[in-house]
Amino acid sequence: MSTLETTLESHEHAHHGPAKGIGRWLFTTNHKDIGSMYLWFSLLMFFIGGCMALLIRAELFQPGLQLVEPGFFNQMTTMHGLIMVFGAVMPAFVGLANWMVPMMIGAPDMALPRMNNWSFWILPFAFAMLVSTLFMDGGAPNFGWTFYAPLSTTYAPPSVTYFIFAVHMMGISSIMGAINIIATILNMRTPGMTMMKLPLFCWTWLITAFLLIAVMPVLAGVVTMMLMDIHFGTSFFNAAGGGDPVLFQHVFWFFGHPEVYIMILPAFGIISHIIPTFARKPLFGYASMVYATASIAILSFLVWAHHMFTVGLPLVGELFFMFATMLIAVPTGVKVFNWVATMFRGSMTFETPMLFALAFVVLFTIGGFSGLMLAIAPVDFQYHDTYFVVAHFHYVLVPGAVFAIMAGVYYWLPKWTGHMLNETMGKLHFWISFIGVNITFFPMHFIGLAGMPRRIPDYALQFADFNMVASIGAFIFGLSQLIFLWNVIACVRGGRRAEARAWEGAEGLEWEVASPAPYHTFATPPKLPETPR
Amino acid sequence: MSSSTYYVPEQSRWPILASIALFLLAYGAGTLLNAMNADRGGGLGLVLLLAGALMMGLILVGWFGNVIHESRDGLYSPQMDRSFRWGMSWFIFSEVMFFAAFFGALFYVRTLALPWLGGEGDKGVSQMLWPEFTAQWPLFNPPDAEQFPGPREVISPWHIPLLNTCLLVTSSFTLTLAHKALLKNERMQVRRWLFLTIVLGLVFLGFQAYEYVEAYHELGLTLQSGIYGATFFILTGFHGLHVTLGTLMLIIILGRIVVGHFSPRQHFGFEAVAWYWHFVDVVWIGLFLFVYVL
Repeated sequence: MSTLETTLESHEHAHHGPAKGIGRWLFTTNHKDIGSMYLWFSLLMFFIGGCMALLIRAELFQPGLQLVEPGFFNQMTTMHGLIMVFGAVMPAFVGLANWMVPMMIGAPDMALPRMNNWSFWILPFAFAMLVSTLFMDGGAPNFGWTFYAPLSTTYAPPSVTYFIFAVHMMGISSIMGAINIIATILNMRTPGMTMMKLPLFCWTWLITAFLLIAVMPVLAGVVTMMLMDIHFGTSFFNAAGGGDPVLFQHVFWFFGHPEVYIMILPAFGIISHIIPTFARKPLFGYASMVYATASIAILSFLVWAHHMFTVGLPLVGELFFMFATMLIAVPTGVKVFNWVATMFRGSMTFETPMLFALAFVVLFTIGGFSGLMLAIAPVDFQYHDTYFVVAHFHYVLVPGAVFAIMAGVYYWLPKWTGHMLNETMGKLHFWISFIGVNITFFPMHFIGLAGMPRRIPDYALQFADFNMVASIGAFIFGLSQLIFLWNVIACVRGGRRAEARAWEGAEGLEWEVASPAPYHTFATPPKLPETPR
Repeated sequence: MSSSTYYVPEQSRWPILASIALFLLAYGAGTLLNAMNADRGGGLGLVLLLAGALMMGLILVGWFGNVIHESRDGLYSPQMDRSFRWGMSWFIFSEVMFFAAFFGALFYVRTLALPWLGGEGDKGVSQMLWPEFTAQWPLFNPPDAEQFPGPREVISPWHIPLLNTCLLVTSSFTLTLAHKALLKNERMQVRRWLFLTIVLGLVFLGFQAYEYVEAYHELGLTLQSGIYGATFFILTGFHGLHVTLGTLMLIIILGRIVVGHFSPRQHFGFEAVAWYWHFVDVVWIGLFLFVYVL
């Protein structure tokens, strides 16, 4: 500790604090400022996308059309998906990486600080453009977040053009953010921190960043082909000119499947920090965690067509993608085993971050298992495009990715704000969220298996009861997020002082610096503390 | 490790300005395209687009200007240099994946989609739509010839494309010679080889433009002429844009050489552009093989 403080004093050039006023946020090159902006932006998007979800659930509360037109319902499902994926989950993880990666590896800042600022500030503009389509003639994009051609080309509203450019902007932002994270992790580690001593959050983000750089350009490619089909008369996705609408799905899912791992790998990293802390034991199987993450990333490039089992693939394709998909269960199983083994005979306590982490392990695994069911091609013929799929990916994304983000926020808030969380309020948030999320999404398995298709505003009477239950759960879950907002604001404004090592069992460089972390953390590379692994 | 001097820049106005410029570009382009599609005048869209482009151009000059000044003031450590190297490498990788998407589309259409459209395989649904369609490549007869009239002829690989291949491969060599000269600090030689590289790039672009004119006016090969035209123009078009950008970057590098920038030991700006140029060259080899020859 003392050596750190003296090194900070000695470097007077980087020592002054944040600038005053709005300029601090507009022009900043500080990874902590940029991380905070990412996180607040993500929270805003989470609430906007969440309101759309609640509108969807309100319409589905009863059969029949009560609240919205079917066309507007389609716009809501589309915008909800796009905003949650690109606006809420991805920026939240980038925000956490911005805050934590430099502190975890002992770097003064991100490798390319100005580009870091640019990566963030593109996003508000991109989403302003995307959301503005709601007010345009013909309405917002209404073709689902997967924007399959020809729905998104021949039959799309004019606002699709703005959608395409918004996706381009999000892609540019993601790629620059990912390049920055890779350069930081590969180049800015403090001396002695070898790759196999890298904290797991950094490892998972390193691999996530690789996935982002590999697939965001493919997304850019596919929306470019859409743009050409719509405005320049090409026939990429039109069989009349020799193209193929299925080509769209192949290119989209070549992006889309790695994308879903982009949204879960950093979550794995967060959980791999929280569980050892509150079990007061080093992580079980560090190296196998690293290899499992890398295996998942590699496999993610070989499984895309499992989203397309019913499109008319040749049998050999169905078989290949079925088995390749099931293979992913192996490294994922390694991870779940390691988390459980870390807790085995640990001195566990159950503070709010740990509760979210435990719920993550259990509920993400449920989502993983329903994924295995969907991977079985012949069975998928029944499940395809039903609420079973909706249940599956909401289980991996909401109590999966979102719970991990919340766990991470609660875990690191003391480091960011210098204040401990009000545990009672934290636990209240957890339990209401936990109950709400299960009431919302568990019944969707049943109505999906019974045959209710996704993305429709009305449904047959036999699905009424479970839909009503799901809608009630959605409002419980949605409203409970106001407690989360309250908790974060309360923690920023005050509370019990946090120690440098805010949690008793926490290990790593980020817990060696004061809480709140000083504006500039490591002007010179710190010494690695001796940590048992 | 000399990382104690890692340079963390002060606040900067460029990123937020660049975000605004990017927004203007995107919003302007969207408005312009939608107006064209609805046969309305695209006045506002065009104005926004041009304003965005101009603003982005100025920002790039200013931002890179900042970086160049900082570099020449000696603020950058070897560690900073490595950050730039990682940054540029991964940027080029992202470009590789961008082209991979279009190459993937080409391969998919040629090996799977078209044969299926012609009745191969056990799915045969398209046979009901266009029973008389036969698959071939190049595709002169798109299934719906009214909507997508096929090309009468396609570009022969052994005339301009072969010449262009020679030009671009040669330019990679001349650029390497320029780099070698820079390492030996023979600055006149650097200028010469760099100038030659730029000329080769410009001649390539000229031929490419000529080829496009010929395709449109003589051969009936257009964006609208079915999947052959679509894949042909998207691949060669984006490659051409990259050559344009690369040539522009080379011109800037030549300008910096002329005013005395870069030393034999420190010249990452030069190397980054060289990497980019070689990447563009490699993409062309792929294009020549898979778009023109095969």
